[in-house]
Amino acid sequence: MSNPTNKTLQSRRRFLENISRAAGGAALFGIGLGLYSQQSKSLPSTAIRPPGVDNEGDFLSACVRCGLCVRDCPYDTLKLSKLGENVALGTPYFDARKIPCEMCEDIPCVKACPTGALDPELTNIDDARMGLAVLIDQEACIAFQGLRCEVCYNVCPVRDKAISINRTHNIRTGKHALFIPVVHSSDCTGCGKCEHACILEEAAIKVLPAKLAKGELGRHYRLSWEEKEKAGKSLVTPDIEHKYNLPEGTRYDFEGEGLIQPEFTPFNESAIDRLNKGNL
Amino acid sequence: MAKNINKVIGQDAVIKKGWLMAHKWLLLRRVSQLAILGLFLLGPVFGIWFIKGNMSSSLIMDTIPLTDPFVFLQTLFTGYLPEITVITGAVIVATFYFFVGGRVYCSWVCPINIVTDAADWLRRVLKIKTSLSFSRMGRYGLLAVSLVLASVTGMLVWELVNPVTMIQRELVFGMGFSWLFIVAIFILDAFVSRRAWCGHLCPMGAFYSLLGQASVIKVIAINRESCNDCMDCFAVCPEPQVIKPALKGSVTSSPVINSGNCTNCARCIDVCAEDVFTIKHRFINLKSTSQREVHL
Repeated sequence: MSNPTNKTLQSRRRFLENISRAAGGAALFGIGLGLYSQQSKSLPSTAIRPPGVDNEGDFLSACVRCGLCVRDCPYDTLKLSKLGENVALGTPYFDARKIPCEMCEDIPCVKACPTGALDPELTNIDDARMGLAVLIDQEACIAFQGLRCEVCYNVCPVRDKAISINRTHNIRTGKHALFIPVVHSSDCTGCGKCEHACILEEAAIKVLPAKLAKGELGRHYRLSWEEKEKAGKSLVTPDIEHKYNLPEGTRYDFEGEGLIQPEFTPFNESAIDRLNKGNL
Repeated sequence: MAKNINKVIGQDAVIKKGWLMAHKWLLLRRVSQLAILGLFLLGPVFGIWFIKGNMSSSLIMDTIPLTDPFVFLQTLFTGYLPEITVITGAVIVATFYFFVGGRVYCSWVCPINIVTDAADWLRRVLKIKTSLSFSRMGRYGLLAVSLVLASVTGMLVWELVNPVTMIQRELVFGMGFSWLFIVAIFILDAFVSRRAWCGHLCPMGAFYSLLGQASVIKVIAINRESCNDCMDCFAVCPEPQVIKPALKGSVTSSPVINSGNCTNCARCIDVCAEDVFTIKHRFINLKSTSQREVHL
């Protein structure tokens, strides 16, 4: 009677040992993998996600790495990250300097996505926010040297809204203008056509993840001119109009012509009157 | 076991049934595995888009979605409810494997199987008998880890390292360094531990084992009374523990290989000279077996 019991005990013991070994090994592996996964969350700044990705974390929970977006991209812009690349394995991204997003109107990549990792609610490609173009190197950008280039401005699919040209004075020559491209985050989709087209060896304008490219004003800041516009009137007691003590007939145009003297008409008054006025 | 060390597995079957019949199921499986991979490559290589995507999720003729239910399950565990397309795809694939046997995926579809079968073949050729042994339960541990990590991190964490989807994907979308995993799995299986990857570690295999537990198509030791104890089926089987209850069980026990771990690869049928095994609809065969038992 005791013999079979011993056997059962032994086999039960062996079974439990096996189970705990397997569980222990798996748990150890899990810890390592969990730590690695946190690192893989950081998308390198050169890798840009397809349109319809708002948040990298949400994207990584939804993307099954099937590559259907890659297949339906008509310009071969998108690719799946391979083992050895720095982007979360198997997920779609593109490198704007190589092939930028052409911003197809029907957004085939988003339509192809079977999981909704690329947000199907994105129907107007102008609303895409893949990243934000930043004129990152003002030392290299030839516009800052006073040369005419504006290639980034001219290739921009949302020209004049996403990139405008700001003319400023060229201090170096003293007589020319600088034609400075300025990116506006309100309209930039991050398609990367500007980065792709930049004529420099290494682009001076680059698309970066919005998180990296954007600053943020403290929430307690209020800009007086905006608040004034919102309220329709000044929110502080308006300044009373300044009264100038000026000689008769003289006006003062603030921020305009300055002191305006009455027109000099030599024939309608006598010389002695004029001398008395003291206004020679 | 001593018997089969000195002979080639399935030798008797080759002599009795001829080489072709003794490799019938193996050849069919290879055709199936390569054909499925070929269908995926038809698009990128020849521009014929019969099926688009990869084995994680795909689209047949731009209409029928297919999704790997294990990848889908991981997505659910991240807390994300995906679009209907991928749900439909996962239901289609899961239903299919639920009936034909979950691990039919492993032996008839997954290209890694070719690698691990090759490693096992090499083991036999080189007569490597040492094998680091560890529990076959490890795969269920990894399955649990993959799902727990998905819910803890909110990411498909296992898919960051899953060699199966990685290799399938890179075969179709261009090879990165995932071929290193092919080499690694081959070395592991051939020189470190027998059937280590598919039989002990792969959580996808574990998932499909559970999915196909109650499948309709099963391998059945229908003529188990003719078994001559040559042990070839045990030697060739990637999951030999599944055979014993069906083949060597008591007369009243079921001859059906009921374990979800059985991959329905049917190699046991190939190598058996006595035609002990068959692969069939399990209900029909249960009936005929009980009749046979009545006759005995």
